[in-house]
Amino acid sequence: MNAPLLKVDDLHITLQGDGATFNAVENVSFEIGRGEAFGLVGESGCGKSITALAVMGLLRRPLGLGEGRIVLDGEEIQNASAARLRELRGSRIGMIFQEPMTALNPLSPVGRQIAEMFVLHQNASWNEAMDRAEEALRQVRVPSPERRIKDFPHQLSGGMRQRVMIAIALACRPDLLIADEPTTALDVTVQAEIIDLMAELCAAKGTAILMISHDLGLVANMCRRVAVMYAGRIVESQGAEAIFATPRHPYTKGLVDSLPRLGERSRRGRQRLREISGVVPSIAAYPSGCRFNPRCSSATDICRATPPDVTALGSGLVRCHHHE
Amino acid sequence: MLLVLFRRLGNVIPTLLAVIALVFLLFSVLPGSFISGMNEDGRSVIDPAVMERMRKEMGLDEPLYERFVKYVGKLATGDLGTSFRTREPVTKLISVRIWPSLKLVFAAMAFAILVGVTLGFLAALKPGSFIDTVSMVGAISGLSLSQFWFGLMLMYLFALTLNWLPSFGYGDGGLRNLILPAVALGVGPMALLARTTRAAVLDVLNADFVRTARSKGMSERLVVKWHVLRNALVLVITIVGLQFGSLMGQAVVVEKLFAWPGVGSLMVDSVFQRDMPAVQGCILMIVLFFLFINTLVDLAYVVIDPRIRYG
Repeated sequence: MNAPLLKVDDLHITLQGDGATFNAVENVSFEIGRGEAFGLVGESGCGKSITALAVMGLLRRPLGLGEGRIVLDGEEIQNASAARLRELRGSRIGMIFQEPMTALNPLSPVGRQIAEMFVLHQNASWNEAMDRAEEALRQVRVPSPERRIKDFPHQLSGGMRQRVMIAIALACRPDLLIADEPTTALDVTVQAEIIDLMAELCAAKGTAILMISHDLGLVANMCRRVAVMYAGRIVESQGAEAIFATPRHPYTKGLVDSLPRLGERSRRGRQRLREISGVVPSIAAYPSGCRFNPRCSSATDICRATPPDVTALGSGLVRCHHHE
Repeated sequence: MLLVLFRRLGNVIPTLLAVIALVFLLFSVLPGSFISGMNEDGRSVIDPAVMERMRKEMGLDEPLYERFVKYVGKLATGDLGTSFRTREPVTKLISVRIWPSLKLVFAAMAFAILVGVTLGFLAALKPGSFIDTVSMVGAISGLSLSQFWFGLMLMYLFALTLNWLPSFGYGDGGLRNLILPAVALGVGPMALLARTTRAAVLDVLNADFVRTARSKGMSERLVVKWHVLRNALVLVITIVGLQFGSLMGQAVVVEKLFAWPGVGSLMVDSVFQRDMPAVQGCILMIVLFFLFINTLVDLAYVVIDPRIRYG
């Protein structure tokens, strides 16, 4: 395999608060190849979104970049200047956010918000940029784009707005698209459309995807490889099929088990949907040892005492003392 | 747009009626009248027969509701009645006063917007900085200042000590006479605008769409220019409108202090003399101005914010 497009190496993200500094994200490493779809899964607050923001160079106080390297296409960008990061943002890395309702400027026509990309990164004139914005809307299959470019965000449905966001993020044919929970706020039927559209456009443009979600099923469908994060660390990463078939970390097992399966009720009878008991610990109060140990059914003394190291297993890795 | 205008006008008439009714009621419970005011210290220096005749002439002997109906009837034809004091039509009294009043109010508001909004903006873009601290301390002081005291200080400093500007009066109606009263009147709205602008801009800077703008690779300057300004403006305009509208009423103190020949000082003089028609005329002017500014603000919303559509 040639050099990866994005290499995140031992990334730490710090959180300043109450006179102390915490590590909100620790030892996070992953690689994404060109055109590859990579999934990052975890519960709310596990650090997956801020990992994405770190890659974008968009961490804001009280969050900050700690140790670690972020390498985009051979260039280390963790210490890049603000001006260099601005060049990369939008043109090399595009991002889609969770909330299509608020992620667009309510007072600006959507066409203009797409056209800004061409003006910013490709020195286009506004007239030319508006023409290309219309084309971009057509590509994300917004009906009658020639009229829609003049619409304001409130005149569009959530799904349409997320299509606009995709058009913005992909406008300059970036190498990497970061999608942070892109469908969480949408209806289930619209979710599938948006995911398909994203996958199709990225495949056509050769854009790699970093898909961030709490929905393991959705990520596994779309991505070739998946990493699972828990409490600021990656606890397991594997191929998407393998993670369902042979989850190795107890947390991943819990996630897989808590997915409802079609037809299960007729096979095994009526059962309560399994869940993982307990809640994600807060950053200020991470347990010692393995961070999952208070919620883990197979935790032993060593889990409570020593944090487990990463073990490489085949093409993946796992961070557990008792992995199978 | 037109619809907004019509709806607004539909609101104006009931508001005016309510205001007139209130003023009538207030004056009926207020002790003393124009005629009893002509006597000194409660001693009768005027022949009771004369007083009775005057009362009849001015229609003060009629019951309140009859006077009210008559007044409204005349008002519909644009007649504000005759001043008790000068025996001139109130419209004429006000017409010479309205222009100085408008000049003062507009100058004060221009000062408030120019200084307040600019300071608020700069403060919000660099929170915690020197300019932020200075402008917010200034804003709090500006809000708590009494117009009267601040006006006196301005007079003392710029007129008496430095001798740069005239201390009071309308003069030839030029800018020199306007500056001090306008600043004295504008300092309150200026302080409020600085604070609200700062809050509004900070609010918008934390919005999701600003994060989107940053993710597009926009410089902070363009983020502000393309995405923050307009959104913050919606919030600022509300405050501008409220302040602007009530400014003519607030001008009473400053007009008296600087002997400014505006509607406000006319009103105060008329109140002391119980010159009801003149007082009512002045209050009507102030209310009309408020409603007028409010209508302008509503129109501004429609222009700026596409989400707002009336009807």
